[in-house]
Amino acid sequence: MTTKARTEYEVVVGVEVHVQLKTRSKMFCACPRDYYNAEPNTHVCPVCLGAPGVLPVINREAVHFTILAGLAMGCEIPAESKFDRKNYPYPDLMKGYQISQYDRPLCVGGALEIEGDDGPKTVRLERIHLEEDTARLLHRDDGAEPYSLIDVNRSGVPLMELVTKPDMRSGHETAAFLRTLRQLLRYLEISDADMEKGSFRFDVNLSLRPRGTQPLGTKVELKNMNSFRSAQRGVEFEVQRQSAILESGGRILLETRGFVDATGETASQRSKEEAHDYRYFPEPDLPPLRIPAEEVAALRERLPELPDAKRARFEREYGLPHDEAALLAETRARAGAFEEAVRAAGDPKRARAVAHWLIGDVARHLNALGADAELADTRVTPAHIGELARLVEERTVTASSAKEVLDAAFESGEMPAAIVEARGLRIVSDAGAIDEVARRVIEANPKAVDDYRGGKESAIKFLVGQVMREMRGRADPNGATEALRSHLEAGR
Amino acid sequence: MATLDLDVPAHEHAARMRAGDYTARALAEATLARIRAQEPALHAYVTITEELARAQADAADARLRAGDAAPLVGIPVGVKDLLCTRGVRTTASSRMLERFVPFYDCTVVERLQAAGAVIVGKTNLDEFAMGSSTEHSAFGPTRNPWDLERVPGGSSGGSAATVAARGVPISLGTDTGGSIRQPAALCGILGLKPTYGRVSRYGVVAFASSLDQVGPFGRDAEDVANLLGAIAGHDERDSTTVPVPVPDYTAGFARGLAGLRVGVPEQFLERGLGPGVREAIEEAIAVFEHAGAIIDRSVALPTAGAALAVYYIIAPSEASANLARYDGVKYGFAVTDGASVEAEMSETRGRGFGSEVKRRIMLGTYALSAGYYDAYYLKAQKVRTVITREFESAFAEHDVILTPTSPTTAFRLGEKLEDPYAMYLNDLFTIPVNISGDPAISIPCGFADGLPVGLQLIGRHFDEATLLAAANAYGEATDAGKASPAALP
Repeated sequence: MTTKARTEYEVVVGVEVHVQLKTRSKMFCACPRDYYNAEPNTHVCPVCLGAPGVLPVINREAVHFTILAGLAMGCEIPAESKFDRKNYPYPDLMKGYQISQYDRPLCVGGALEIEGDDGPKTVRLERIHLEEDTARLLHRDDGAEPYSLIDVNRSGVPLMELVTKPDMRSGHETAAFLRTLRQLLRYLEISDADMEKGSFRFDVNLSLRPRGTQPLGTKVELKNMNSFRSAQRGVEFEVQRQSAILESGGRILLETRGFVDATGETASQRSKEEAHDYRYFPEPDLPPLRIPAEEVAALRERLPELPDAKRARFEREYGLPHDEAALLAETRARAGAFEEAVRAAGDPKRARAVAHWLIGDVARHLNALGADAELADTRVTPAHIGELARLVEERTVTASSAKEVLDAAFESGEMPAAIVEARGLRIVSDAGAIDEVARRVIEANPKAVDDYRGGKESAIKFLVGQVMREMRGRADPNGATEALRSHLEAGR
Repeated sequence: MATLDLDVPAHEHAARMRAGDYTARALAEATLARIRAQEPALHAYVTITEELARAQADAADARLRAGDAAPLVGIPVGVKDLLCTRGVRTTASSRMLERFVPFYDCTVVERLQAAGAVIVGKTNLDEFAMGSSTEHSAFGPTRNPWDLERVPGGSSGGSAATVAARGVPISLGTDTGGSIRQPAALCGILGLKPTYGRVSRYGVVAFASSLDQVGPFGRDAEDVANLLGAIAGHDERDSTTVPVPVPDYTAGFARGLAGLRVGVPEQFLERGLGPGVREAIEEAIAVFEHAGAIIDRSVALPTAGAALAVYYIIAPSEASANLARYDGVKYGFAVTDGASVEAEMSETRGRGFGSEVKRRIMLGTYALSAGYYDAYYLKAQKVRTVITREFESAFAEHDVILTPTSPTTAFRLGEKLEDPYAMYLNDLFTIPVNISGDPAISIPCGFADGLPVGLQLIGRHFDEATLLAAANAYGEATDAGKASPAALP
């Protein structure tokens, strides 16, 4: 009996990401860009309403933000770029066309390094271009029949579109790319890149091919994923669905499918035969955009230290292990807080201690506030953390008192040294005082004493803990250990 | 003390008002009365803005009393109903915008107001400026004051007709393929299409964005110069305007015609001219020559003949996108009882647009479609570049190029309505200039069978001054353009 070998399939994935840029005003008019907490249709003007006769004016800040993204990913920035009209009728498209970029995008090529399935991996970019967002349709069904409302606040918000080459090979890599990209955009401070607010949206293009072969299979476009996890699940579901079809001799349809979060599955939305012809042509209302080399050079100067470089420097400069350095470099705010705290601690050797505070107890406090909370959202500053690390290292407070000091600082915003004084948390190294407590602890814990004397060395830790408890954590742990030992040995 | 005579040019009104002969308010009232009297026969206006005119006239009188000597203070002006006016409906002569009241002014109207002009009405046009006779207005055609059975030309027919009929001394039109110059020629007045980028398009309902320009009509060069001076110049709301300084156009009049190097391309005189047109043009050339201009008939623009074809790719393509916003969802005419949003949008456009507009939207949509773009739009753009270069090299040796404005004089209403191509040929001589972006002026140069003939002078980029100086010198050398049409109130 022979078993037919199952063909193993490889998934080939590329993504298209739409990013709302955090500019002051909209892409082509002076309306405020930030609409998140605005009443509907309050950030509007004739231009973003698409009123007859009005004209767009390019927002140079949006152009700069896009070029910053391009420079951060090593894109080529052509000296001349242009805008085009993308024609399609839809009620949320105020002019009946979207001003976008067709064949002369602001950024060409480039790449982003990610943690791939088999270690570090380079995902190449096709291009990055700039366009305008559409208005928002709000569908309602609270009356005799369903109806839709239009909120024009979003119309004309600068939207950067990034397209990758088909370089990802799994759902996990797809999610890793998206995470890394979002981190970079936030580092550059050009976008909130917040999926919930719609400022970071993506579509996934994928196809399957027998592993080891070159030609690409039929492309399926996946939409409606609103988290990194759903991107991963969507790709993984498609791999299963399409493998099964191919295995049974079926054919993959060229189509757009929507990811359904509740089921983790995808469902067909439209076949490509119904696809639009966008009839792109150069936007006659906007002359070609010239990007002088000096402008690009000035933007390059503005590039901050990027996450990878920062992590590497943290390892090198502060002697931090890779994972700790990566955690601290995760956001620009956290990395900044770390370095500021190290400076406040007064000695680079205290960096490790500062790191532990930030990654440990500080992170615990921040997580309680929300997923994206930063130190700046609290009453605690990097100066607090630095001072705390110094107090511990100088043996002014014990580690366990320090936790109490931190909690109090999050409550009141007072500086650690002041809290230590106010609460009487200064470490007790007075041998007499500790000795007194050690004696009482030994008397009160005959079993532990017996254990110790019976050769169970670790029993002393329990007794030290008891001393610390008695002294509300203020005892110098070394002094406590010494005092206990001397009594235990003496009484043997 | 001069009496209030509506037949005098704007600069004469300005002098008399400054002298205290009459007020801007009195001029506005007399103007409104004449327009009302002429309208039943002429139909030059879509909306007469009496209230606005009175308010602006009173404001102008205050400026006059304060000694403001700006040339347009208190001058009545007609504005093509394609230019958005805040609080005054702006229809583009389309059902689609019949009740559309803009909540913003176009830049040009802002500048008119700053100059102290008095807007008496919004003038009729071919729907969305698409046409050469003003017959494609959804609100009925405008008639030619020289012969009410004939068209005034178009698309700015209302603006041309009311100036020719002495309703207003000056008016504004727009020119995409000849829509200022051709009606100026057919109505026996002056009309100037500025260099593309000279005048702001902000707030001007768009037809073909890379071709549209706003420009002045008047009965003499001085009025045209003053009106252009008031509206021209860079506008930060229109990125296609160019920050080239605006000269004092009337100050340049002194140079006259002596030594002016005039290129006359024979190809524009050889074929398809109506009876009497060539004769009128040749007579005008003789006047130029007599006044010291140097005429060169060897100038060639070999590719200009392709301009009409280029135009009917580029203009409809841009229009197909520009007019996509009229879908009944946001403003304007709307069908609201359809089975779906798509059905309603489609029905709105089907019923809201006239046939010529729909024809051009379809032409443009086709030309931009996948698989046709390279053959049509891209090729047209390449030819456009060639035509532009040819004009540039012609201007290396000539100061202006002289052609007839239109192949024929005013034709009868309905004569070309069923034959779009015959209608399109009206713009054979004007279109190349929109393609190249150069400025051009149409100047009345006599009559053929009792109907006005216009000659076109084309100039270098941003050299409207030379065109206006030549027009002024020619106007002083002849009595062409000084006759009035009879038989109107």
